[in-house]
Amino acid sequence: MLDAAAHDKLPAAPGVGYKPQHFAQITEDAGSVKWLEIHAENYMGDGGRPIAQLRHLSERFAVSVHGVGLSIGGEGPLDADHLARLKHLVSWLNPASFSEHLAWSTHDSHFYNDLLPLPYTDASLQRICSHIDQLQDTIGRRMLLENPSSYLAFAESTWSEPEFLGEISRRTGCGLLLDVNNVFVSATNLEFSPQGYIDAFPLDKVGEIHLGGHDEDEDDHGRPLLIDSHGREVVDPVWALLDYTLAKSGPRPVLIEWDNDVPDWPVLEAEAARAATALERVPA
Amino acid sequence: MSVTQADFTRAMMDAGQAVPDGLTDHLAQPAGRRFSVYRNNVAVSLTEAMHSAFPVIAKLLGKQNMDGLAGIYLRQHPPSSPLMMFYGAHFPEFLEGMEQLKHLGYLGDTARLELALRRAYHAADAAPIAPEALGALTPDALMNTRLALAPAVQVLRSPWPVHGLWRYNTEDGAPKPEPQAQDVLITRPEFDPIPQVLPPGGAVWIRALMGGAAIGEALEQAAAEDETFDLGATLALLLQGGAITGLDSKG
Repeated sequence: MLDAAAHDKLPAAPGVGYKPQHFAQITEDAGSVKWLEIHAENYMGDGGRPIAQLRHLSERFAVSVHGVGLSIGGEGPLDADHLARLKHLVSWLNPASFSEHLAWSTHDSHFYNDLLPLPYTDASLQRICSHIDQLQDTIGRRMLLENPSSYLAFAESTWSEPEFLGEISRRTGCGLLLDVNNVFVSATNLEFSPQGYIDAFPLDKVGEIHLGGHDEDEDDHGRPLLIDSHGREVVDPVWALLDYTLAKSGPRPVLIEWDNDVPDWPVLEAEAARAATALERVPA
Repeated sequence: MSVTQADFTRAMMDAGQAVPDGLTDHLAQPAGRRFSVYRNNVAVSLTEAMHSAFPVIAKLLGKQNMDGLAGIYLRQHPPSSPLMMFYGAHFPEFLEGMEQLKHLGYLGDTARLELALRRAYHAADAAPIAPEALGALTPDALMNTRLALAPAVQVLRSPWPVHGLWRYNTEDGAPKPEPQAQDVLITRPEFDPIPQVLPPGGAVWIRALMGGAAIGEALEQAAAEDETFDLGATLALLLQGGAITGLDSKG
């Protein structure tokens, strides 16, 4: 049975991506941080410290499970073993939310540990929807699907990304995870208006917002090429885009992602506090 | 103009291949450098995964050599599952197969030890028995008892001083390893796996137990390998490591 209200279970408050080095501080005083997100694949061992810490945290915080390895956008079938592992994790942890990416990462049974892009065509739409149906049936709940960071385009694409995500949501009933930093990165790289993207996005389907830091590079023509690195603070224009989004969507759970060069807890908590301030400005 | 995922991965894993037609920038020009983001992300993330999986190998070889080996390894053996915690299972044989590393014969077993420590870290939890449960048995009953061992328990046999090498490279002030064969037992009393050197015959005894032999039967096998085998000392290592999770004394 799909739980239509699943996306409402995370509080419309700041959360952070959980890193084991912050365990002691989080359990002592999490400050502005009201919920935690974990990467599903890091908690698929049989036992030991990772599972014990997660059990402990889940008794104190709402937990969002964020998958990075299912390869929903893959041309091949979903990995049955991996579906079974996700089902097991979701069933014992009973998280507040489960999300995955509009991307692929596995081809020909090799996993590339990155979120790879796909064309937005009728054929890929159909395949993704059938994968999401299969996942939602397997885990017995509704998922959120996240928009990617784009560095390039596919000549064969016939859908815009917001329309594509909206259509997936309409067909499968899945919710959406809106990564505002990804919107900013893609908009810079592909020279479109980030506000225009937000305007076109089905915000009523958004169950969670992501924020993170990015790196700056250049393409072959010297134009800015932003890279979604999750390795630093969220930049001011992305905070401004969050304000723009929240003003239109109303309050939502907002997550700070910081996965590389992970800072000390106070630095991460300060980012969450900034998200709390942004949320306070939004009328409920 | 359709770019398949086979086309994409082939070009991503081999920088000598052209960027597939049909990947563009927003002005419909070839993607060029933009595609390199994916080439980079994959190589960097898998190289980092190898560094964190094999810190002792990385230390022995130095960062630059480790980066180079990881770059070759990740193309020969891309991960076969999204569980990155278990990535690198073929690394010991890979190291042993590298002609340039033939003079460093101990690398393979050192990598095996690092793999075993990682498996132990993620192994299922299991509650140990109280040591008194063994003490309560008559000597005859003890010899006929089978032991269930915790899933974290691992035994590694090496012609190299593999424990000494590991310790020397992970522990400040640890002694320099002497050339000798070492058998290593890994237990996980709480959450951190602990590798220890096994006394002579200990590895044979524990492996026999893992294979379902009773204590006495395993003892005969261990004594056949080394007549100085010390049952008490080896049993104590298992008990101290919380490694015995069940007794079966029937028969």
